Amino acid sequence: MSDELKTPLLDELEKGPWPSFITDLKSMADRPMVRDLLGQLEKSYRDKQGYWKHGGLVGIMGYGGGVIGRYSAIPDQFPGVSHFHTVRVNQPSGWFYTSEALNEIMDIWDEHGSGLTNMHGSTGDMVLLGTTTKELEPIFRALTAKDWDLGGSGSDLRTPSCCIGPARCENACYDTLALTYNITHKYQDELHRPMFNYKYKIKMSGCPNDCTAAMARSDMAIIGIWKDDIQIDQSAIAEYVDAGFNIQEYVIEKCPTKCITLEGKELKIDDSDCVKCVHCINVLPKALSPGKERGAAIALGGKAPIVDGALFATLIVPFIEIDEENGFEEVHDLLERIWEFWDEHGMNRERIGEFIERVTLKTFLEGIGVEPMPQQITQPRDNPYIFYEEYFEEETE
Amino acid sequence: MAGEVPIEQLADDMFQVVSDSAGQKKLKAKDLTKAVIAKYGDKISKDDTKAAIRLLIDSGRCVYGYFGGSSIELPHTEGSANE
Repeated sequence: MSDELKTPLLDELEKGPWPSFITDLKSMADRPMVRDLLGQLEKSYRDKQGYWKHGGLVGIMGYGGGVIGRYSAIPDQFPGVSHFHTVRVNQPSGWFYTSEALNEIMDIWDEHGSGLTNMHGSTGDMVLLGTTTKELEPIFRALTAKDWDLGGSGSDLRTPSCCIGPARCENACYDTLALTYNITHKYQDELHRPMFNYKYKIKMSGCPNDCTAAMARSDMAIIGIWKDDIQIDQSAIAEYVDAGFNIQEYVIEKCPTKCITLEGKELKIDDSDCVKCVHCINVLPKALSPGKERGAAIALGGKAPIVDGALFATLIVPFIEIDEENGFEEVHDLLERIWEFWDEHGMNRERIGEFIERVTLKTFLEGIGVEPMPQQITQPRDNPYIFYEEYFEEETE
Repeated sequence: MAGEVPIEQLADDMFQVVSDSAGQKKLKAKDLTKAVIAKYGDKISKDDTKAAIRLLIDSGRCVYGYFGGSSIELPHTEGSANE
């Protein structure tokens, strides 16, 4: 860096044991955009306020998402970041890349943008940070020429994302990569042309470990699950015991429903009491694995605290077939019923979780045509004044 | 019956709705859909309205905007834009 740009406050962020983004930015400070980004950031720290302006109209012709507009509020001082738009690029399922693909993206970004990225964003997209309005169409052309596309933003279907699934995980109860790929392709209109009340995020996790944190971070969490019994390899259990592994302490006592017992070297699980937390499978991976009758549970309504407070997802469908041979029709059918009901009765900027809270779960289930089930109950009711339709019918009679 | 109204006509109607609201209210895709359904009833389908919005945007007569939620607006230079 030259002596002209002094960043004493940002320099503090380079201290300590962890890698610093400031160090990375400084290594690229020969670029005007990065240099002025450092300058504006230092000023923000000094003045204790941000200097970004929202740009709501910038984008690609025909697309309503994929570009997040930002302008500097003090472009006279920092002309390099007068425009500093973000481009979201639809990531491949499971974030698998070849080095060639990554080079391809970075070459495009070096030519048309700042060269900065913070792969990946919380929704899952590749996030390319900092470009100008006039570069947006050239970036889009360059990306699509290499078969890349933009991701979602605004009130649309956000880019679906998933865990690594069966590609590298033995616990995957369905092919998360295939379902993500399928949904991304089937709902291109919903992804690129905002038509919803607000954003709609879908995340797919292959097992209840939920490596995409779908329950907390997505409007629709599709979590791999099984219906039958956990598979047990008793010879592997015996090996754990012989090796001195304390199954009693690390597995049995940590089971939330206490449905596991060890008799000698034989492990027994009362699967009727199992809540599929997968703790035992995680701790005894050589001996235990999910059952054979596999599919997914679907929970709705997880979200971060934008507009209203954060919500954890509510279980709506305890088990659904994830049938690739059938083109995932069961998932499509449910998804479209949810969208239709939410579209018809939802309010502006109302996420699906807030919508369910407002209209009540009972009304929502009726609206999307899903039967009420015990698994959907999250807590015992505390209001005794609930009247069932049967009572009214009896009184009428 | 759905499909009785040409998509171009629906796009024109939607453009008129957006023009009438310009500067007063930001309209969402759903507002445009509801407006033309109110006018034509079951002569059109939701797929027709989707196609009309696509035509409206792809023709450049309207653009998507975002401020909190997404909207469909007449093209204009927004106040926050720098040169």
